Amino acid sequence: MTERKGPYELRLRVNGEERAALTRPAETLLRLLRERLGLTGPKCGCENGDCGACTVLIDGVPTKSCMVLAVECEGRELTTIEGLRDHPVQRAFSAENGFQCGFCTPGMIMNAVALVRAHPEPNEEADRNWMGSNLCRCTGYEGIRRALAAARAELAARAGLMPRAKERP
Amino acid sequence: MDHARYLGGSPERTDAPAKTGGALRYTDDRVRPGTLHAALLYSPYAHARIASVDLSRAEAAPGVRGAFSGADWPDTLIGLYMGDKPPLARETVRYYGEPVAAVVADSEAETLAAIRLVEASFEALPPLASPRDSLAPGAAVLHPGLGSYRRIPAILPEPGTNVANRTRIRKGDPEEAFARAPVVVSGSFSFPPGDHAAMEPRVAIAEYGLDGRLTVTSSTQSPFGVRTLLAKGLGLPERRIRVIAPPVGGGFGGKAGIQLEPLACLLAMRFPGRPVRLANAREADMVSSPGRPGLESTVRIAAERDGAILAMDIELLFDSGAYADYAVNVSRAAAVACTGPYKVPNVKADALCVYTNHPFATAFRGFGHIELSYATERALDLLADELGMDPAALREKNAAQPGHTTPTGAVLDPNTGDLPACIALVKERLGWDEGRRRLMPDGKVRAKGLACFWKAPAIPTFTDAGATLAFAEDGSAVLTTGVVEIGQGCFDGLRLIVAEALRMDPSMVRVEPEADTDRSPHDWTTAASRSLFMAGRAALGAAEDAVAQLKRVASAPLRCPEEDLEIGDGRIYLRDDPAHGLPISAVALGYVYENGNAIGGPIIGRGRYIARGLSGMDPESGEGRPGLEWTMGAEGVELELDPRDGSCRVLRSACAMDVGKVIHPALARGQLVGAMAMGIGYATREAFSFDSRQGVQNASLRDYKLLRYGEDPEYFVDFVETPQGDGPYGARGLGEQGIIGMPGAIAQAASLAAGVQLCELPITPEYLWTSMRKERP
Repeated sequence: MTERKGPYELRLRVNGEERAALTRPAETLLRLLRERLGLTGPKCGCENGDCGACTVLIDGVPTKSCMVLAVECEGRELTTIEGLRDHPVQRAFSAENGFQCGFCTPGMIMNAVALVRAHPEPNEEADRNWMGSNLCRCTGYEGIRRALAAARAELAARAGLMPRAKERP
Repeated sequence: MDHARYLGGSPERTDAPAKTGGALRYTDDRVRPGTLHAALLYSPYAHARIASVDLSRAEAAPGVRGAFSGADWPDTLIGLYMGDKPPLARETVRYYGEPVAAVVADSEAETLAAIRLVEASFEALPPLASPRDSLAPGAAVLHPGLGSYRRIPAILPEPGTNVANRTRIRKGDPEEAFARAPVVVSGSFSFPPGDHAAMEPRVAIAEYGLDGRLTVTSSTQSPFGVRTLLAKGLGLPERRIRVIAPPVGGGFGGKAGIQLEPLACLLAMRFPGRPVRLANAREADMVSSPGRPGLESTVRIAAERDGAILAMDIELLFDSGAYADYAVNVSRAAAVACTGPYKVPNVKADALCVYTNHPFATAFRGFGHIELSYATERALDLLADELGMDPAALREKNAAQPGHTTPTGAVLDPNTGDLPACIALVKERLGWDEGRRRLMPDGKVRAKGLACFWKAPAIPTFTDAGATLAFAEDGSAVLTTGVVEIGQGCFDGLRLIVAEALRMDPSMVRVEPEADTDRSPHDWTTAASRSLFMAGRAALGAAEDAVAQLKRVASAPLRCPEEDLEIGDGRIYLRDDPAHGLPISAVALGYVYENGNAIGGPIIGRGRYIARGLSGMDPESGEGRPGLEWTMGAEGVELELDPRDGSCRVLRSACAMDVGKVIHPALARGQLVGAMAMGIGYATREAFSFDSRQGVQNASLRDYKLLRYGEDPEYFVDFVETPQGDGPYGARGLGEQGIIGMPGAIAQAASLAAGVQLCELPITPEYLWTSMRKERP
């Protein structure tokens, strides 16, 4: 186990890029992303793990970045909302009004991206378990529910249209 | 003219790519290098005398630039309608969470470390725990200075007491009506204060520039209101203050008025040239910044045996907490609408805004109407019980309609919504006539409830909105207003209104997404569900003005009278020969002839609106016309109660509302659904829980339970369209109203399911369980 004291340089892989930043041992991943790397997509909604607005993917696992120390992420693969580009889940949230004020949306989308990857088929119980960790105060969840359905439908259609990797020439 | 070109379509929101891409920059996403960070020490007591505040250790801590207490601003009082609040507490603290000291340091970590070094000592005083406590004879007077506070004339405080405002309604002869009425019912209904819990905690970043101008970027619904109140509170003229309002991460009223800005500005003025960021952590956002008021109420209704209401006697005691803020107008708004949407010929009502030692209250979605509606709807349920009448039938029988008068004696005009149609739609959605209570095979009970609501915006008589419309080289139009995007999507409604007026594809219309008092036309506040209506009127005016100017310029090169010209699809053309015309792009910035001569110049359309025909209220009787327009609707739920453990879930909810005209159906539905969900939370789980010393026990999103995914019911939304004659294309506001009827509908259904009248909120499993046990011997 490495011991860290005082400011030090942390190297991370974020959204496919190698990034370095000066950090403190007590700094959370959320603050590092927002304040040192300029990735303000993840939001500080509670910094207590209750609202999910700060959700990012760490090695593909949706994680509340306010509950993780930056130092724990050395050598991990991080994805923030800025790392998605026109993802079907993003398009579905846009088309289905899965947001209003948008503040919970980056975290909500990151969690949903991981959800539809783990559960490509509609699964109410899984949806409740996964999405229940993110709060939205605006939508009453109706648009988010529609967005999940639309994203799964698009991903399924895409899977049907595109040959699987092993079948490709 | 065909108005159906773009109105009623639901194009994707213009802010969708930014919001779903994580690219939108809210206030706290705009912190510049070199910014100072402020942290506050919050009172651990609900009521105490401040014995001492020692800042010396904090001042000496690393990175600290300054530490401050109430003594630093001995005379400053800030307030919205009444200046009653010091930026930092002086002499006494009046609520748990009140700011007592501030530290400013180079980094947030340093300021948070230093604030713990402030040594404050308190002598606890007995707290006032409810409005009735505060009104009891001999109760401590929380604001001895009440008589000397700066206030607007519509607010009527009672110095020497804890009454921050009293609004009286006296209509007809209620005493006589109660004396002769064959049926009289009475009930008391109450709930504690709570929080908005918008996902974005409040933040203000202020900079006192080296040029002597004060700039504050803030998560505010009210940039112009903040500018005016800062000018009054800090003694600077408006021209030296700039307020920037980026899109807000949820408002719900909690970011209307003035919030963190004054303290952020006072701190910034100590450090010219360096921005100071004052940001709430979630816990502070919940208790230190204002929440929503609580209520204690008593309602008596006199009626005929057939259910016709003869009179109402209403007492509404709003728990405003330690400071008045918006709550003095919340209570006034409740008085204006006190009977709910019913024909009530005789009314006596007193709506009081009462100081207590709770966290203070401000505007909250529904603004007084959710509170009054809950009280009167519950009393109507008692009446229906007494008469053996279907609760929906009782409401249908008494539904307010055009020609009736409101509690203030204002006549409901033909623009007034169609309440009976709304009731019928909700009944249909819920299968009302198939029975209201069902015992399920698993022992659970399903029950339905229905309530009605109305709402008029509680606004100054001179509430205004301005708009300008300019063009770019590609012929696209940009609308600038002072409206703030708080999630409601008003800009997309405004975009469709402009597109309709210009007969131009909505993709060619952009709405400036940020309000800035230096650049935006004046706009009262993004509140009271008035932006679509008022800024919509201004936008329409700006578009029409621009069209007239475009035609004037184009008439020269097209060699025709301007009145022969028509506009549409990005062109100006001869009405009777559409092939003969010019693209807007060739005219909007001036027309250039072949030889280089130019005419016209940039077209700027101007639009403005100010509320029409509003008046104040008589202090004794309430008589007057304070309500601009009345939006009406009905809501209902079906819920399922497990009598064994009190657990209860809303399965289906329905809302039908008369919105005048639906501009953007998807966004309109989204507003209603979101409001219904918030209403379910309000009725079933959301409220502060106080300890015996009035400290808040659930100041976190872990303990303050909001609705989560999977707890949402099935939603039914129906719109009725009785045009608002003076609204843009007949539209009325619709942002708040969907919350108003939910507590009443849920309380009715839960009471029916439980077999006991539930007179308190929130209706938690614990409350249900104990209420059911009490009923059994």
